[in-house]
Amino acid sequence: MSADPTQVLAFETDCHIFDGCGFPAPGLHSFLFEPLAGNADGNGFYFNKPMLLALLGSVIIVGFFWAAFARPKVVPGKLQMIAESGYDFIRRGVVYETLGKREGEKYVPLIVTLFFFIWMMNLWSIIPVAQFPVTSIIAYPAGLAAIVYILWVSLTFKRHGFVGFFKNVTGYDKSLGAVLPLAMLIEFFSNLIVRPFTHAVRLFANMFAGHTLLLLFTIASWYLLNGIGIAYAGVSFVMTIIMTAFELFIQAVQAYVFVLLTCTYIQGALAEHH
Amino acid sequence: MNSALVFLAAEGEKENPLIPPWPEVVIGLIAFVIVFGFLAKKLLPNINKVLEERREAIEGGIEKAEAAQTEAQSVLEQYKAQLAEARHEAARLRQEAQEQGAALIAEMRAEGQRQREEIIAAGHAQIEADRKAAASALRQDVGKLATELAGKLVGESLQDHARQSRVIDRFLDELDGKASTAEAAR
Repeated sequence: MSADPTQVLAFETDCHIFDGCGFPAPGLHSFLFEPLAGNADGNGFYFNKPMLLALLGSVIIVGFFWAAFARPKVVPGKLQMIAESGYDFIRRGVVYETLGKREGEKYVPLIVTLFFFIWMMNLWSIIPVAQFPVTSIIAYPAGLAAIVYILWVSLTFKRHGFVGFFKNVTGYDKSLGAVLPLAMLIEFFSNLIVRPFTHAVRLFANMFAGHTLLLLFTIASWYLLNGIGIAYAGVSFVMTIIMTAFELFIQAVQAYVFVLLTCTYIQGALAEHH
Repeated sequence: MNSALVFLAAEGEKENPLIPPWPEVVIGLIAFVIVFGFLAKKLLPNINKVLEERREAIEGGIEKAEAAQTEAQSVLEQYKAQLAEARHEAARLRQEAQEQGAALIAEMRAEGQRQREEIIAAGHAQIEADRKAAASALRQDVGKLATELAGKLVGESLQDHARQSRVIDRFLDELDGKASTAEAAR
């Protein structure tokens, strides 16, 4: 890859405006990391920063919930109360709302895990030193979307049988008349092929764009720090702070959207054929 | 700049951001499964149990409070009923006592009346008897005296008992006649 293996920051640190060097704009290369171990060029296994963050994030979530729920009390302490409210928010606000208490109970662990996992992976974006959203690498959202996709397809099969499955995914409805074949084709395509893709890309693209924006303003703040550019650097720095706060919001929203869509898909699989 | 573009182009060829590299997918799934395993197998069942316990504790408390309230209500009613009964009983007793008292007084009064009448009657009888005795004694004495007096005056002995009696009776009848006329005049 391009970067000098010793380089840890996302951009050249000795480059400023009026110094005759160009703006080191963020881009795709900002999402590529020199492996900490192994070689990314070949087909072999390697280990890089997002992987480290992913595993570290898992440890943090498990640690948090372990501390809160390992020895839960009927009268909760502060930590347990916080964890409980988060758990209850997903359980009641997402799962029960879409699937109902009876049907949804089974999926609560999955949805809760998905939410907090994605949220943590997103949060890495603004945690100092890490400062990289793991979910802005397509592999992570794609893996999660694949889990949901497999669950959805197998559930639909189990509920409706083979014919029912096709009726379900094609939105078979006799009242459509002549356009039925077209509608079925579109529905089939949209549900079975496009849906997992959009499910993953929605999260990926949001985090990718957010990280790029943050990078842009952060790099600009540093790059403009020369001569008259200092005034612009101030503006850019304020934007960095605003964008960081905005990202904090977006991270939670995207995690929420991901699990809400998951619930909607499961609901579609469980729904009686109309 | 130029080199950067070339680099980007090269990167774009090799590293399409929408094609996931499999090692990252694997690590991502491992990370997810770690979290899912801990949450689904241990931590969430833990907290669910406690939440259920809490719900039961709260509902149990409410039930207990309701039971206590109903008991208090029933005790209050019982108490009120007892109180009313006691009041009723007291009123009844008072009434009875009053009646008994009145009856007693009436009885006493009747008894007193009776005794008084008895005493009066006895007094009357006594007086009558005394009067009769006195009258008969008087009659004898008066007869004797009158006879003696008459004997002394007449000088003849009126020893003949039959005559004597006749004279006396005549005399006394006269007296009686006088007395009754006097009474009638009065």
